[in-house]
Amino acid sequence: MHPAFSVIFLTTLIGAGQGLFLGLFGAEALSLLGVLPPPGSDFLALGSALALAFLVLGLVASFFHLGRPERAWRTATKWRTSWLSREVIVLPAFMGLVFLYGAAHAFGFNPPLGTLAGDIPVLPTMVLGAIGALLAIVLYVTTAMIYACIKFLQEWHSPLTVVNYTVLGAANGFTLAAAYAAWAGVPLVAFMATVAIVLTVLGLGTRSASLVRNARIKSKSTLQTAIGVKHPKIQQKSQGFMGGSFNTREFFHHMSAAFLRGMKWIFLLGAFVVPAILLLVVLVTRVDPVNVLIAAFVIQYLGMVAERWFFFAQANHPQNIYYQSVA
Amino acid sequence: MTQLALVIDLNVCVGCHACVTSCKEWNTSGDAGPLVDQNPYDADPTGTFFNRVQTFEVGEYPNTETVHFPKSCLHCEEPPCVPVCPTGASYKRESDGIVLVDYDKCIGCKYCSWACPYGVREVDAESKVMTKCTLCVDRIYDEELPEWDRKPACVRACPTNARLYGDIHDPESVVSKAIREAGGYQLMPEWGTKPANHYLPRRKTQLTIREDEVERADNPLKIDSQLPKPGQDEPSLDDVTSW
Repeated sequence: MHPAFSVIFLTTLIGAGQGLFLGLFGAEALSLLGVLPPPGSDFLALGSALALAFLVLGLVASFFHLGRPERAWRTATKWRTSWLSREVIVLPAFMGLVFLYGAAHAFGFNPPLGTLAGDIPVLPTMVLGAIGALLAIVLYVTTAMIYACIKFLQEWHSPLTVVNYTVLGAANGFTLAAAYAAWAGVPLVAFMATVAIVLTVLGLGTRSASLVRNARIKSKSTLQTAIGVKHPKIQQKSQGFMGGSFNTREFFHHMSAAFLRGMKWIFLLGAFVVPAILLLVVLVTRVDPVNVLIAAFVIQYLGMVAERWFFFAQANHPQNIYYQSVA
Repeated sequence: MTQLALVIDLNVCVGCHACVTSCKEWNTSGDAGPLVDQNPYDADPTGTFFNRVQTFEVGEYPNTETVHFPKSCLHCEEPPCVPVCPTGASYKRESDGIVLVDYDKCIGCKYCSWACPYGVREVDAESKVMTKCTLCVDRIYDEELPEWDRKPACVRACPTNARLYGDIHDPESVVSKAIREAGGYQLMPEWGTKPANHYLPRRKTQLTIREDEVERADNPLKIDSQLPKPGQDEPSLDDVTSW
């Protein structure tokens, strides 16, 4: 497939935003249980604004993918059948909850609604945060299912696609949360960085698993099934036109195999190895964490962009069988 | 239930591209607006087409066969492009099974084209919406046209009658008979899309004449065999006339 930067930025930006929100809510929830020090309302409010900024940027990027963006509101209508429609519904709903969660913290609106067993107070921010966290997970699934549900794009049609979108987005978000905590001087850096390392290493495992899987894929469609001639030796002599068309532009990455291989190593290093090392450096040494963590996030984000580019480029659409020869 | 479709006879198609130009002409002139061409006379021409004729070489030289292969939307009975559409712009008509795009609802997200394994949907460069073969829905129901003319433009244009058109759910239609009797098949059956359009395979068209077919088989009095046959040594006509 042709990797469209609008979709690459959409999925990577909202992935990081969702991960950051999961980090904020996770820290608040664990602090109520007494596991972590309380992060403070200002930290959570500003963090929600940061997460919201990533989500808005992603949403803006997505509009560049549309030929007719002024009709985008129509996309919410076919949620019964279309994963794209479901994503379009979940994304603004999640953004709304991030806004409410951040606003509740910013304005200190947090009267206990009751108590659970063990004297744990039920706070409005916890209710909003829990729904938001659930929507963040659902949003990862709906985004990934847009690609995973197309069965003849065999590189995408796998549960690993959903796992990777979730784990990679969350890893990048927690790295961002670690950098943010360091910048804000909140004692949550160790927690965020530890989760970020775990998710990054887990992501390396799941993404490698999908690389191994995709390297072994045998295309179900062949030239024989494409035109219905059973002979083992068939060659296309003409695709029917000399110039380009939508078919020759939209479904090829137009790059060399070497470029593709290079991109694979770039994203393996950029999205996983380098940020994991930088996060580890922050955890085990006494360096000033702010710049190291910001660098870790930026490198990992660029690695995610490379990963998403590769994700699209690697998918071989069966329609390409029909466009092999210009004559 | 009606399912209108094309049946394309690969044994007859000569690859003249008449269906391509006729399709383009009809569909660029209709109410839905033009199918835009860009740089039509320049180095890198491109444009929107609903129908293409491709050419394949089957076998190894010198024992090869050329297959001309017209390709347009197959109007699948299980169209994978329809459920993925987020706006409902891509739909399949209940009444006749034609898969259409509502150009006024389409947002141009291209998702349906990703979800079509055959690559028969194209975003028009100027209208910015997804376009595809309509089976000339603005032609086949046009009562201003004489009844024999109410067929897709590609079918009307084909000089070798390689394109048949009709209802594949009616067992007595010309397309159903062709599929049944000439081994009609579907493209990429592995994806379960159940294309409505079918293709008829290449056939061997050679005539073998055996010796008993040269002599009359119906020869009860054996008179044919009694006709005089000149012996090997008899003079030929050349010998008689050239003195």
